[in-house]
Amino acid sequence: MAGFGSFLEVLISGLLAGVLYSLVALGYVLIYKASGVFNYSQGAMVLLAGLALVRALGFFESQGIPYAAALVLALLFAAAVMALTAWIIERFILGPLVNQNELTLFMSTIGAAFILEGVAQMAFGSEVYPLRMFPKDAWILGEAYFPGGILINKLDIWGGVIAAVLVAAIALFFQRTKTGRALRAVADDHLAAQSVGIPISWIWFVVWFAAGLVALAAASVWGTKLGVQFSITFLALKALPVLIIGGFTSVPGAIAGGLIVGAGEKLAEIYLGALIGGGIEYWFAYVLALSVLMVRPQGLFGERLIERI
Amino acid sequence: MSEPKSAPAEALLSLENISLSFGGLKAVSDVSFDIRKGEIRAIIGPNGAGKTSMLNCINGFYHPQQGRITFKGRTRKSMRPHEAARGGIARTFQNVALFKGMTTLDNIMTGRALRMKRGVLWQLLRAGPALREEIEHRRFCEEIIDFLEIEHIRKTPVGKLPYGLQKRVELGRALAMEPDLLLLDEPMAGMNLEEKQDMSRFILDVNRRDGTTIALIEHDMGVVMDISDRVVVLEYGRKIADGVPADVQGNQKVIDAYLGVPR
Amino acid sequence: MFYREAGQFKTSYAADMAIFPIRQDRIAMLLLLAFAFAGVPLLAAFHVPPFNSEYLLRAIILPFLILSLAAIGVNVLIGYCGQVSLGSGAFMAIGAYSAYKFNTGIPGLWLPPLPTLASILLGGLMASIAGIVFGIPSLRIKGLYLSVATLAAQFFFDWLFLRVKWFTNYAPSGSVSAPELSFFGLTVASPVEKYLLALTFVCVFALGAKNLARGNLGRQWMAIRDMDIAAELIGIRPLAAKLSAFAVSSFIIGVAGALWAFVYLGSWEPLAFNIDRSLQLLFMVIIGGLGTILGSFLGAAFILLLPIALSQLPAAVGLKISTATITHLEFIIFGSLICFLLIKEPLGFARLWQIGKEKLRLWPFPY
Repeated sequence: MAGFGSFLEVLISGLLAGVLYSLVALGYVLIYKASGVFNYSQGAMVLLAGLALVRALGFFESQGIPYAAALVLALLFAAAVMALTAWIIERFILGPLVNQNELTLFMSTIGAAFILEGVAQMAFGSEVYPLRMFPKDAWILGEAYFPGGILINKLDIWGGVIAAVLVAAIALFFQRTKTGRALRAVADDHLAAQSVGIPISWIWFVVWFAAGLVALAAASVWGTKLGVQFSITFLALKALPVLIIGGFTSVPGAIAGGLIVGAGEKLAEIYLGALIGGGIEYWFAYVLALSVLMVRPQGLFGERLIERI
Repeated sequence: MSEPKSAPAEALLSLENISLSFGGLKAVSDVSFDIRKGEIRAIIGPNGAGKTSMLNCINGFYHPQQGRITFKGRTRKSMRPHEAARGGIARTFQNVALFKGMTTLDNIMTGRALRMKRGVLWQLLRAGPALREEIEHRRFCEEIIDFLEIEHIRKTPVGKLPYGLQKRVELGRALAMEPDLLLLDEPMAGMNLEEKQDMSRFILDVNRRDGTTIALIEHDMGVVMDISDRVVVLEYGRKIADGVPADVQGNQKVIDAYLGVPR
Repeated sequence: MFYREAGQFKTSYAADMAIFPIRQDRIAMLLLLAFAFAGVPLLAAFHVPPFNSEYLLRAIILPFLILSLAAIGVNVLIGYCGQVSLGSGAFMAIGAYSAYKFNTGIPGLWLPPLPTLASILLGGLMASIAGIVFGIPSLRIKGLYLSVATLAAQFFFDWLFLRVKWFTNYAPSGSVSAPELSFFGLTVASPVEKYLLALTFVCVFALGAKNLARGNLGRQWMAIRDMDIAAELIGIRPLAAKLSAFAVSSFIIGVAGALWAFVYLGSWEPLAFNIDRSLQLLFMVIIGGLGTILGSFLGAAFILLLPIALSQLPAAVGLKISTATITHLEFIIFGSLICFLLIKEPLGFARLWQIGKEKLRLWPFPY
């Protein structure tokens, strides 16, 4: 039974880690679904949000403000930073690029990623800053059934809760609000949306701000896990396979993709890694994503395009 | 109206009981007709009658669920688009499908792609046989360019051309394939009278001079009745009439389909 | 005034199809080539500034040439065939490590150490094969999905060359050094010799790529890029067109990778070919101009020189800034310039060059 116990532990920790990837992937889906832009700078936004949060928290605490109040203030400050970022990106980068093709927009977000990384580190510093928003200890479950029990991190559970809240909020936003419907129109066709009077710049600001808030949520969890540091931007690369497995446009897809990648990665590392060498976590998710795409080129939950001529 | 042909030529292409649907939507149901060698065959009907779907079945872009297609004596259920192209079927599209980043000349040269045989290594050197081949096909394409009177836009990227000229370039690309069967999907849509006259002249010339068989979809009844040998009429995916222009013009069902009758 | 083509009539299709149909362009190109092949080595030999400095040749011109070559390869795939790849760095790595293995001999396959030139070309061939394998998904996957999927190649090969010690001949540090470079008995060691070597490769490959791009194969690539469905309907096989683009592109990138490792770096580790390299190459072709050979050179020059210029600017102006701040400033300025260029001229430097030439034809009369 030890084998099954450890399998279960690996599976559960993988699934929970996957939810954390989904947190980052949600930011991409939001922007792609709403503006047709593939936002490479999502990772940089997580870094910026995390740095703003952790440095503001430190500042407010050093002023003698109690932790809870300081945390609220710091969250508000970081949200304001993300709002400013959204405004600047819309005003100076995406606004002038309306109606350009996907590739140009994608490249411009790589440019934006460089700018954000530079600005974030210049303004808030470039060291590793520990964050302790969430508990980092673990529960041990099922000791009666398995020797040693199953280890579950409380942080991962928090990540799951936050992801669930975000998904519900985003779904409501897209389906039930006027802005949400306008967003979908803009994603379909910039020009057509403009011509029926949808204020595209306002829409883009809203959606980038929302993605900024998602980045803030991701930063609070990942920052607790790893400390806020530059390498957090590499999360972007971790979230991409999640994104293509789920489909660029699907919110549930981002969650499902995260679960698949998280579980697959951990299981592969333990069982396959023993055969062909360690560190396969590095590429396994991508090969998994590639295989999914070979079967379903639009991802598991993506919308299928009918080719016409 | 063109002269009736002396003896009915053999069928180049025949379609038997073609049915095509997308999910629950029936685009074409149980349509049969043939296209004879050397004729101009018009397919007409109101919007959404399944005309373009019919062409898409012929050149293999859609695969009909039922029916048989016989082309040059070979019968099959469906084929891949590039097989159809190799077999000698070329077409133009309702919404111009040119390669927008390429020049007029390059667009027409792509029509010769199947006939250029020199290997990659010769192309790499662009000398000897590869250069001779390139020049030989360039000469062929220049003849088409002269014929279509588009010399002045030879080196212009087609994305920048007005719609009427794009339609002409697209015809040029199809002609460069030296097809046995040329499918034209609304070649005169959105053109003014003079442009329509030019286009009709090109179509008739191609048919008379090269003996190319042509199937065309067109909404301008004047043009259809003038240049086509036989007309097939579709409505709601069904064939409602088939015959020489004069017969079709007098057919009550066709008149009803176009003018609408209270049902 | 100097740029008039009036009176230059073409009397054959061959003349009309030349790379430089205008006489002034041909003369300028010949002068440039003469200067690059003969002028620069002579100036360096006689210690004429700025060519007397080893730094210029070794640290600026050499990487510029090799990365231009890689950019040409990337441009074949992205600019001509429209298949966006983020895995170019991996194909450079395949070229480099394969060339290294061929050059040092593979006893397991009874292969003796091969000469440098053969090793480099075989390195390109290996990259080409890998390119075909990783190009197969492009038949089903399109657009951005494909570009993300190409990252699979990037991360897989990063890992492979880091973890599988066979590729590095079990070097304990994981870093490998290229053996001495020799071509038909000639040893290439000094900066000028390395420069000439890279220059020769770049010129030969640029001409070959240009020839392919304006021939039958190139037209098929562009047809697939502009409208893949229509291309298929006129008889172009997407399979053959896309995979040939992957093969040619990866071959060029692989050779560039081998040169980068052997000629520029000398000794290297997998980090030299990571995702940053892929993105750098992508920037070069987009800023330079998609679907133009000239753009590959312009883009490479810009992307390579910009950071060098940025890092030397503060010192030149006399400002004292900490190195960390300089790094961050570089990030910001680089990102801003990229965005600025994309907004101002989405078609890249090659387009600006063309506009400039058209203006010159009329100059000094503005009508």
